[in-house]
Amino acid sequence: MATPEPAAAIQPPPPTDPEFPLPPILQHPSAVGLAELITQGAEGRLYRTSWLTPTRLCALKHRPSKPYRHPTLDARLTRHRILSEARILQKCRREGVAVPALYGIDESQGVLSMEWVPGRPVRVEVNEFLRRRAEKYPHSDGGRGKEEVTRDEEGAAPLLGLMRRVGEAVGKLHKAGIVHGDLTTSNMMVRPWEKDKGPVNGHQADEEDYSLEGEIVIIDFGLASQGSADEDRAVDLYVLERAFGSTHPRAEALFTVVLEAYKDTFKAAPVVLKKLEDVRMRGRKRSMLG
Amino acid sequence: MAALERVELEHLPATHTVLLALYRNVTNAAFLQEQLLSRNADFEYAFVDAGTVASRFQLLTAVYKAITAEMAGNMRTPNVHSEMVVSLSSNNNISEAYRRYGVQPATKDVVVVKVLVSRDDAPSSLTPEEVEKHLQTHVQGEGVSCTDEEFANVTDWPKLRKYHKLNGLPWIEAIKDEKAKKNELEMLIVSAMAMRGT
Repeated sequence: MATPEPAAAIQPPPPTDPEFPLPPILQHPSAVGLAELITQGAEGRLYRTSWLTPTRLCALKHRPSKPYRHPTLDARLTRHRILSEARILQKCRREGVAVPALYGIDESQGVLSMEWVPGRPVRVEVNEFLRRRAEKYPHSDGGRGKEEVTRDEEGAAPLLGLMRRVGEAVGKLHKAGIVHGDLTTSNMMVRPWEKDKGPVNGHQADEEDYSLEGEIVIIDFGLASQGSADEDRAVDLYVLERAFGSTHPRAEALFTVVLEAYKDTFKAAPVVLKKLEDVRMRGRKRSMLG
Repeated sequence: MAALERVELEHLPATHTVLLALYRNVTNAAFLQEQLLSRNADFEYAFVDAGTVASRFQLLTAVYKAITAEMAGNMRTPNVHSEMVVSLSSNNNISEAYRRYGVQPATKDVVVVKVLVSRDDAPSSLTPEEVEKHLQTHVQGEGVSCTDEEFANVTDWPKLRKYHKLNGLPWIEAIKDEKAKKNELEMLIVSAMAMRGT
């Protein structure tokens, strides 16, 4: 990888492998030290870095070119995917769905820059809740902490509240004419409610504060599409239901709370839930029916 | 009077120096526009109608977008300064963007952006000090600092909302807190600017 001389002199760039070179934007000296690799998917990498000023954080998604693809096709695919994700984010913002704001697009570099969403994924919040609950009811208590959470058990209210907000968030997304395509509890953030002092962008949530309180912000629209087919919406819910059940088996029974909240968010929601029953019967892929 | 501010933008190579100034109650806007129209080489600036600037961040978004286009060699206008004015727009009509976001004879508050480019083979012929002096001589207005507080005094929100098609969004109107509402609008404008030209 060609690293510019000045960058090497100031700070060594993070380790890279030839499959995933840093995008050119992160190779300038001022930024290299600040880019932190957050996660890596099949298609690309997500970095946390600064945007315009050192204090404003951004999530920078990089889809590097694939050496095994024909260059022309590669450029077209990358461009198409970056733009599709950007358009969907923009549409969600306009409709008032809580998603990261779009900061910049560079299709030629394969880079999409978005607002950094503070807080933790729903997955982490839920798991932390379950861990604490298990601690509270040790083995002497008949192993209650290891059992499934029930709706009316003491202390379940914050979790139920969170699930309700998840259902509302998905409903709002669907109402806006967007299907996410990969709904999981990892693709939803719990953003702490903003205090009087304005945006909390950039500030880490209090380490100890796993209150489950905060606004649900849906992220990663890499597989999302525009559409309002009840079938697609039902598949979205089904994917979330399955993901939820396997990620948080002890809270699986509470998923109905998500669906109840979803039901009240838009007119066609009851129809979608009816459809969900069909999808459950046959699985995600319609074509598998033969 | 407030000095010309030198802004360090993230993710830019050291070749580019960004200079920023905000003038209020400008009395010679017509003269400034005339220099641009006659392509006077001494007036290679972005003169922006400060009423169309929502915030410092939104302004810098346009500056950054123009500079990256200049570096990549895919500008849609003659130079990086005109590119900045066009980058404030969320559609592809260039002459409309000049008219809406650029200085007009009646403009009262003007943001000036100047980018000095120093490449190895072509060092910048100007220093920030010379630029500051030139502006002091030719812009008749009261210099203030480019802070969000100052921009808040000059932003023409009804105009901005019209330009970026942000009227008729009921959920925006429902936001009670003025600051939160402005923040949402600002982000919508920034997102729309980012989408332009794609």
